[in-house]
Amino acid sequence: MLNTAEVRLPKRVFLGKFLLQFFLIIVAFVQVYPLIWLAFFSLKDNSEIFSGDVAGFPKKLLWSNYTKALSDGNVMNYFGNSVLVTAASIILVLILSSMAAYAITRMNWKLSNATMTLILLGMMVPIHAALLPLFMVLKSLHLLNTYWSLIIPYVAFGIPMAVFILGSFFKGVPRELEESAVMDGCGVYRTYFSIILPLIRPAIATVSIFTFLSCWNELMFAVTFINDTHYQTLTVGMMSMVGTYITQWGIIGAGLMITTIPTVIIYLLLNKQVQQSMIAGAVKG
Amino acid sequence: MNTVFSNKKAIAIFVLPTLLIFCGIVLVPIFVSSYYSVLDWNGVGKGTFVGLDNYVEMFTDSRALLSIRNSFLFAAASVFIQLPISLLLALILASSVKGEGFYRTVYFIPVLISTVVIAQLWSKIYNADYGLLNTLLENIGLSELAQDWLGQKKTALAASFIPTLWQYVGYHMLLMYAGAKSISQEIFEAAKMDGASRIRTAFSITIPLMKPILKVCLVFSIIGAFKVFDLVYVLTGGGPLFATEVPSTLMYTTIFNTYRYGYGSAVSVFIILECLVFTILINKFFKTE
Repeated sequence: MLNTAEVRLPKRVFLGKFLLQFFLIIVAFVQVYPLIWLAFFSLKDNSEIFSGDVAGFPKKLLWSNYTKALSDGNVMNYFGNSVLVTAASIILVLILSSMAAYAITRMNWKLSNATMTLILLGMMVPIHAALLPLFMVLKSLHLLNTYWSLIIPYVAFGIPMAVFILGSFFKGVPRELEESAVMDGCGVYRTYFSIILPLIRPAIATVSIFTFLSCWNELMFAVTFINDTHYQTLTVGMMSMVGTYITQWGIIGAGLMITTIPTVIIYLLLNKQVQQSMIAGAVKG
Repeated sequence: MNTVFSNKKAIAIFVLPTLLIFCGIVLVPIFVSSYYSVLDWNGVGKGTFVGLDNYVEMFTDSRALLSIRNSFLFAAASVFIQLPISLLLALILASSVKGEGFYRTVYFIPVLISTVVIAQLWSKIYNADYGLLNTLLENIGLSELAQDWLGQKKTALAASFIPTLWQYVGYHMLLMYAGAKSISQEIFEAAKMDGASRIRTAFSITIPLMKPILKVCLVFSIIGAFKVFDLVYVLTGGGPLFATEVPSTLMYTTIFNTYRYGYGSAVSVFIILECLVFTILINKFFKTE
C-alpha cells in the first residue's frame, strides 16, 4: 500500500494539522467568547456599552458594578440562600442515598432488586410532573417560602442518580473486607461507617458535583415555591434583578458573573473529576 | 456474616427514609397529576370531573399544538444539528490531536453554567439596539440584517434554539469522546495496517462501535428538548404571540397565571408520556438495528 501519497505526506499532514487546530480554536472561541463578553460588560458603565463598543475590553474596570449588585441588587442574599440550599441538599442526598445504596447492593433481602429498579425509574421522571402536586402539598403544610420547600424536592430528585452511582461503586467493594470486619466483631453499622464509607470517596465526590450543579442551577421549583425575596436563590434572584436594573447592563452582568464564578472555580480545580462525573451519570445501564 | 447482613431492622433503617421521600415526592405526584388532569379545577374547593376533556382540548387548541410542534422542532434541531457537531468534535479530539485535554475542558464549560445565566446572556447578545449580534453585523457591513431577533415571530423560535444547542454541544461531545476513547486501540491499528483512511475508519469502525453512547446522546437530546423550560421561560416567556411556546411553558402559564390546574396537569402528564414513549422507542430502535 506504500504509494506516492505516502511520500508526499509530511507537507500534507502539516497543512491538515494546521487546519484542524484552526478549526478547533474557532470552536473554542465560539464556546467561550460569550462568557468573556459577559465578564467584559460586567465591568463597563452604560455610556461605554451603549456607545457601540459593546464587544471589546473595558476601558476602565468598573468594580463598583459588583459591589452595587451585591448590596443594592441583593445578590449577597441570593448567594447565601443558594449556598445554604445547595449544601443542605448535597449533605442529605449523600447520607440518604449512600445508606440506601449500601443496603440494596450489599445486604440480603428479598425486595432489594425491586427497590433498586423502582428508584432508578425515578431518573426518567421529569420534574414537571411533581410541580403542581408539590405546590399544593407545600402550601397546605405552610412550607412555601421556606428553605425546606426547595431542599426536600432537590433531595428527592437527586436520590435516583446518587443511588445509581453509589450502588455501582459498592458492588465493586470486595466481600472479604466486610467479612473480616464482622469477624473482628463489628456490627453492620460500624462496618458501614468505618470500613465501607471511607472506600467510596470518589463516588461521594461524583455525587456531590452532580447534586451541586443541579441545585445551584435549578429554576422551575425555585421560581414556583418561593416568592419572598428573603429566601430566593440566585437563579430566581437574577430574574428579578434583571427586571429592576433593566437598562443597567453592567450591574446585571456583575450579578450573572457572581452566579457563575463558583461553578467555574470548582470546574477549574476539579475539571477531570467533573467531566468523569458527567460521564458516569450518563452511562447508566 | 449472613445474620449480620440480613438484619431486618438495619435494612429498614438504611432504606426506608430514602424510599419514603423518593416515593412521596417523585412517584406519587405523577398519579396526583394524572388525577388533576381529569378535573376542571382552579385550585380552590373541589374540582369537577370532566373526563378526558382537557386532553381533547390540548389536541385541538392551536396554542397547545403549536407548543408541541415547537418541541418536536427543538428535538429535530438537537438531533440533526447539535449531535453531528458534537460527534465531529468528539472524533477529532479522540484521534489524539494536540491540545486534546485543553479543548475538551473548554468546550465543556457552557454545560455547567446555569441556564438562567445563559438565557440572560443571550438576550443581551440578541438585543435589538445594543446587542453583540447586531453590532457585529453592522461592523461587517451587513447592517440590513440586524433585527430584533427575539421580538418578532419569524426569528424568535430559531433564536431561542441556538443558546441550548450552543450550551450542550460540549456535553454530547464529552459523552461521545468517552465512548470513542473506550474502543480498543488494536482495532484502529489493524485498520491503519489495512490502509483505511481516517474518514473511512471513523465511519466503518469508530461510529458503529460508539452505538451505545450514541443511543444515550439521542435519548438525552430528544428528552431534553421535550422538557426544555428554563431557557425559553427566561428568554421569551413563550412569546411573541406564542411563537416560542413549548409544552412546559404552556403548562407553567396555564397553572400559575390562569389557574387552570386541570388543563395544566394534562399538559404535564403529556410531557411525561412523551418522554417515556420516546425513551422506549429509541431503545427498541437500537435493539432491532
